Amino acid sequence: MNMAVAPTGTAASKPAAQEVLLDVKNVSLSFGGVQAIKDVSFNINKGEIRAIIGPNGAGKTSMLNVINGFYHPQVGEITFKGETRSAMRPYVAASQGIARTFQNVALFRGMSTLDNIMSGRTLKMHKNFFWQMLRFGPALDEEIEHRHKVEEIIDFLEIQHIRRTPVGRLPYGLQKRVELARALAMEPELLLLDEPMAGMNLEEKEDMSRFILDVNDQFGTTIALIEHDMGVVMDLSTRVVVLDHGEKIADGTPEEVSANQDVIDAYLGVAH
Amino acid sequence: MPGGASQGSAHDTFPKLLLRNAQKFAARAAMREKDLGIWQSWTWAQVLDEGRALAIGLKELGLKRGDRMAIVGDNRPRLYWAICAAQSLGAIPVPVYQDSVAEEMGYVLEHAGVKFAIVENQEQVDKLLEIRESYDGIKHIIYDDERGLNHYSQAGLESYASVQEIGRKLLASSGDAEKLWLDEINKGSGDDTAIMLYTSGTTGRPKGVVLSQSACMWAAETANQFDNLTEKEETIAYLPMAWVGDHVFSYAQSYASGYCVNCPESPETVIADRREIGTTYAFAPPRIYENLITMTIVAMEDASPIKKKMFHTFMNHARKVGGDILDRKPVGVLDRLKYLLGEFLVYGPLKNRYGLSKVRVAYTAGEAIGPEIFRFYRSLGINLKQLYGQTEAAVYITGQPDGEISAETVGKPMGKVEIKIADSGEVMYRSPGVFTEYYKNPDSTKETKTKDGWVHSGDAGFFDEHGHLKIIDRAKDVGKLNDGTMFPPKYIENKLKFYPNIKEAVAFGHGRDFVTAFINIDLTAVGSWAERNNVVYASYQELAGHPEVYKMIEAHVNEVNRELAGEERVAGAQIARFLILHKELDPDDGEITRTAKVRRSLINERYAVLIDALYDPSVKRQKIKTEVTFEDGRRGAIEGNVEIRDMKRYGAGDVAFREAAE
Repeated sequence: MNMAVAPTGTAASKPAAQEVLLDVKNVSLSFGGVQAIKDVSFNINKGEIRAIIGPNGAGKTSMLNVINGFYHPQVGEITFKGETRSAMRPYVAASQGIARTFQNVALFRGMSTLDNIMSGRTLKMHKNFFWQMLRFGPALDEEIEHRHKVEEIIDFLEIQHIRRTPVGRLPYGLQKRVELARALAMEPELLLLDEPMAGMNLEEKEDMSRFILDVNDQFGTTIALIEHDMGVVMDLSTRVVVLDHGEKIADGTPEEVSANQDVIDAYLGVAH
Repeated sequence: MPGGASQGSAHDTFPKLLLRNAQKFAARAAMREKDLGIWQSWTWAQVLDEGRALAIGLKELGLKRGDRMAIVGDNRPRLYWAICAAQSLGAIPVPVYQDSVAEEMGYVLEHAGVKFAIVENQEQVDKLLEIRESYDGIKHIIYDDERGLNHYSQAGLESYASVQEIGRKLLASSGDAEKLWLDEINKGSGDDTAIMLYTSGTTGRPKGVVLSQSACMWAAETANQFDNLTEKEETIAYLPMAWVGDHVFSYAQSYASGYCVNCPESPETVIADRREIGTTYAFAPPRIYENLITMTIVAMEDASPIKKKMFHTFMNHARKVGGDILDRKPVGVLDRLKYLLGEFLVYGPLKNRYGLSKVRVAYTAGEAIGPEIFRFYRSLGINLKQLYGQTEAAVYITGQPDGEISAETVGKPMGKVEIKIADSGEVMYRSPGVFTEYYKNPDSTKETKTKDGWVHSGDAGFFDEHGHLKIIDRAKDVGKLNDGTMFPPKYIENKLKFYPNIKEAVAFGHGRDFVTAFINIDLTAVGSWAERNNVVYASYQELAGHPEVYKMIEAHVNEVNRELAGEERVAGAQIARFLILHKELDPDDGEITRTAKVRRSLINERYAVLIDALYDPSVKRQKIKTEVTFEDGRRGAIEGNVEIRDMKRYGAGDVAFREAAE
């Protein structure tokens, strides 16, 4: 019940065998004259929950976009599962096992919850278009197998009651959950969550926190999340990286970061 | 397999019935549960297999005759099997309301002296661990759903499957494990305690009602006979397992007749699941039936004009002749044809939506049902009936036989039930289903149950000219205004609640000069109205205080006053002033019980400021701050500034004049 508030012995007590899943090295990104990210380096260990925080416009979402190949940094390199790259298409990132959710919900509004989540399985479907049109024999077997996986996720996130509801008709909190479900359907190794709790009330936040911890715990998924609610960040994450004006100003455990003077200044503002 | 197990005595306990069913209905489905979107079934033979493995596992862990075992969770097949497993060892199952907060649950577990607990999931495990900090009698906590529990290493925590595994290993390795278990079953008799159910208690702490095997057995057999229920029925189990109704409907009656009980996928999917199963025997409190109608009305408001017209035309026709057709009374040929057409176009599809197409018998009980609502379902051709029951009676006291249906009464005594009306107007009953005692509470037992077995129901009522019982109100709630007028609060509240826009109402008046009322709006109905009328609101509180909403509720209260004015005994109890509360009455705050009954004393105390304001005619608005408890048990406060409305009261003359004019 109070797991979301005080995660006893989940992510925090993972063994110290640190395997780096994603390494961001000296990345800089600018749009014309605007420098969104300035020479930022950090890494994400396998199995951890890594929070990226910072004031508005600090470059958090840009950072996520760089990681999943949506933006291409001008300088720097990114190593994912030992493979280094500087530019990559989002679908390549997806096929390598990076899934994400968006700050503004990006679902197919006219489609049902089930179909939306099913769309997350696209990359795992192997039968070609014609087989799937026939929906028979091996193609049907394949669909049943995927449907089973999707049903497990539906059960996991407790959204059975909206299985057939078009997502456009759902309240915001549930849409966020469907989006998480779709990302999970990809069975990702790295899950990027862009403000998963924005606009939620306390109860929804607690539900979502519980789901994030459970995903990390049950599926062993590594998670990188952007979040503004400091309480949530402090409770959920293993390590936190803090950005301000595109620069990294702190990196460490929640306790270290919250005691860091630069971070306090960035959040509270200082007299210049 | 069971061999001579059932020879000793007849089938006088439920574990013995399980042994019988596993042979008699071996291949028939006993239970189903929707899991990962697909219905999974267990035959009676499989239920025996699962229950036996669990029972032997529990025995190995130390569950003994007379021990109490708590059962906490939504309706899950494994939890129902646990009831039978406990009974087979002579232990006493104690189902607990699964959504009660730790403190509330802790009281019950400690009072019952629970040693084992079988719970559904992590949420409940967390609660039990919290309870165990102050009550260390709980030795074993056994959970069904393993999700999120990997890292728990507390002592005495076991998974359901692992306990069954212990049982299965013993069955396979030692030759006499099964025989020992069957011996335990044979030791059981009708006098054993079958179950302990804690009543929600509108006053004071919950009381543990002890029901014997023979009481539950009598209830199951009586009800099955009353409506000719057979092994072919399908029901859905969705009401709390801690409630006597669910225990009798989904457990006792199923074991006695062999019918199949279906567990929904989640509490939110009940309507869809019921539709897929096509239940034949249904039970619900009036609230559920009201919600279905509210949903329909809301949906119809958004429908196209042709559909709307069709709906209203045929519903009007159904109201006229539907009930008579169901009761096999003479109806004209043309009306019959039109009804048939309506069945095809409107009634059939509607019943299908509700998942009530195949229903043979449906019951409502627990609270008074609005006559309009009752007739609505009967006019659709659904055999909705009323019954009157209590936990202390193993449910059944009176029920309506087919063909003798009325919206205002609750029917005739069922089976061997005897009823008398005490001089005070209180209904008293005696039957083989009457409870043994309140656990560890001899004073209350003595107060409620007389030496010769009569039970004080606590309800005021009388028999009408056809010998049907009519219940007015809780006997102790019926009060008097200062001028001596009778004041039956629930009667007035029910009249208010029959409007879809009003979810809850609390009337005041005992020992006062006039009647006043608190009102809770129904967020579904009023929210939909707001959407259609472009009324913007951010919260319940804001919507409740909206002037247009006040206007709407004022019209309803006015209508109730007019109705009351027409009834001789209560004409003086018209509502003089009312207000719409700034928050919903919530069981988490203890304001209503888990079965949605208002706790008056608590409300009197909590909202004293508002009540005083209602009785001070100069006050038009009143500020209030209320403490609330969130779902996770934390506390906060909401503040409100509540408006009070004065109402017009009707004299007898007004009504007569109006009727003459119409």
